[in-house]
Amino acid sequence: MTDASLVVTDLHVEFSGFVAVGGVSFDAHPGEVRFLIGPNGAGKTTCIDAITGLTKGTGSARLGETELLGKQVHKIVRFGVGRTFQTASVFDELTVLQNLDIAAGLHRSSVSLLRTRRGVDPSIEQALEETRLAAELATPAGILSHGQKQWLEIAMLLVQDAKVLLLDEPVAGMSHDERTATGELLQRIAVKRIVLVVEHDMDFMRRFATRVTVLHQGKVLSQGTVAEVQADPKVQEVYLGTAGAATAAAMVVVPEPVAETLKLMED
Amino acid sequence: MTKLKPWVSLGGIAVFAVLLLAVAPAVLSDHWINNLGKYCCWAIAAVGIGLAWGRGGMLVMGQGVFFALGAYAMAMHLTLETAGDRIPGFMVLYDPLAPLPAFWEPFRSAGFTLLAIVLLPVIVAGILGYALFKRRVKGAYFAILTQALAVALATLISSTIRETGGDTGLSDFKFFFGFVLNDPANKVMVYLIAAALLIVCLLAVWQFYRSRFGELLVATRDAEERVRFLGYDPANVKLVAFVVSALMASIGGAMFVPIVGIITPAEIGAAASILMIAGVAFGGRASLFGPALGAMAVGWGQSSLGSTWPDGWTYILGLLFVVVILLLPNGLSSLPARFTGRLRRRPAGQPAPVIAAAELEEVRS
Repeated sequence: MTDASLVVTDLHVEFSGFVAVGGVSFDAHPGEVRFLIGPNGAGKTTCIDAITGLTKGTGSARLGETELLGKQVHKIVRFGVGRTFQTASVFDELTVLQNLDIAAGLHRSSVSLLRTRRGVDPSIEQALEETRLAAELATPAGILSHGQKQWLEIAMLLVQDAKVLLLDEPVAGMSHDERTATGELLQRIAVKRIVLVVEHDMDFMRRFATRVTVLHQGKVLSQGTVAEVQADPKVQEVYLGTAGAATAAAMVVVPEPVAETLKLMED
Repeated sequence: MTKLKPWVSLGGIAVFAVLLLAVAPAVLSDHWINNLGKYCCWAIAAVGIGLAWGRGGMLVMGQGVFFALGAYAMAMHLTLETAGDRIPGFMVLYDPLAPLPAFWEPFRSAGFTLLAIVLLPVIVAGILGYALFKRRVKGAYFAILTQALAVALATLISSTIRETGGDTGLSDFKFFFGFVLNDPANKVMVYLIAAALLIVCLLAVWQFYRSRFGELLVATRDAEERVRFLGYDPANVKLVAFVVSALMASIGGAMFVPIVGIITPAEIGAAASILMIAGVAFGGRASLFGPALGAMAVGWGQSSLGSTWPDGWTYILGLLFVVVILLLPNGLSSLPARFTGRLRRRPAGQPAPVIAAAELEEVRS
């Protein structure tokens, strides 16, 4: 699809004096599932907000040759940057098909908007297959399960032909099986697109991340593969409060409870 | 079912058209035809409100402004047509020697008047909507702002007696584009034009609702931010609906003048604007027929109950409004869907999703 990479350089975001993101740099390429992790308040979502134009940031966020910072939200989307939100936000009163049709419509002419939809776009059918929602075509999005709503959001990004998918906690509230399915879906999608996932769930991160950036208090703490990041004493300190090698080992050997405790602490 | 539904609605419009254009003129007396014509004018404005408010989520509390644009454009033309070469009578009353105000002059032309009825609301709503929606003014702020405009315009007209007729308004029209208005046959013709325009407006929103734009408009109403993240500018989507609704209000106002024979600030001010909203809420703001039928029902109530029992009518209207909002938030037009929905879905063995959706609604609100 595209070889362009998302390159964020020295991103700063301030909220009336409070520095939420202070000089974050990272990059994401097609073919990898990129993770952005960190404790609450680390500035993960704020990074995504700045890249998508929701909040004002300084520095640079480039997709290929295109500078994204400073552009209007809907224009950034038209450059191929799509995102989801922590709480699944789909159009509850519209059906799955209508939801997807609207997402597919951003490249349509305004006159064609006045016509009625005839048939289903091939891109929509493909996205339905991919996200296992084909059976729910005529279901109002409001009555989908939580996991299905998240998938619908991802499907909407697929039909809008996003080159960059910024996913904010896509597996929050999902069952174990749904998480696995989502992770596999992300890996398939990432072959041709840039996928950047903001996540709390360490287990999910370990299973599906290609590369990880750890944020802490608005700064990049560590960057690298899952193994590299886990071995980083700075990361262990932030996540576990001590820098002991034993606890680091514990994080690797008994991941589940630690991850859960972390989640509890963060929430 | 989803494939069939638009055509059912189209059939409904056809039945409505036959009732208004063929049955009503044959059955009703001249007096009631005239009244029905008046209700049609309110209904035309109401159809526009249904589009902007029901589907677009913009609580347009000042449609009186656009109603006034159409009404006063028409009234100025009819006044000049009646006065012929002379200065309109009411102006002579206040200042016998002053010439005709400059902004009246172009309304001598029938073509200019018709163009003004269409273009004035489009321009005004276009500029106003652009300024408001691009700045993301919405909800209560938008409602209050539009309402304030209606009050301001009514006050302006009241205070410019010599230019606009003030509180007495413009009246005593003798001609309607060359036709003598006193002639019963011409009165029926004017009614038929209003009824036909109502049908045209219904057809227009029917197409809007079934088009992709209609879906996008509902999506914008329910989750504006999300629409922005799908690459659309919600301001443009809302602007289109707002301008179309303003145009419909203007057309309703323009036809109101020859049918009722008088236009005053009271017909376009805050109270009148709210009454238009009331009819739409009563009938069902998001449905196709709800706004039109609601507006006609409120209009009918006003002229039948309102004339025999003027004090009580206001209370009845208020009470009805409370009851409908409490029991049927989606208006009277949601009543049949509620019944058939319950009866139909039970045997099909799929009650769960419907109930789940209703429960979700409750939890959320």
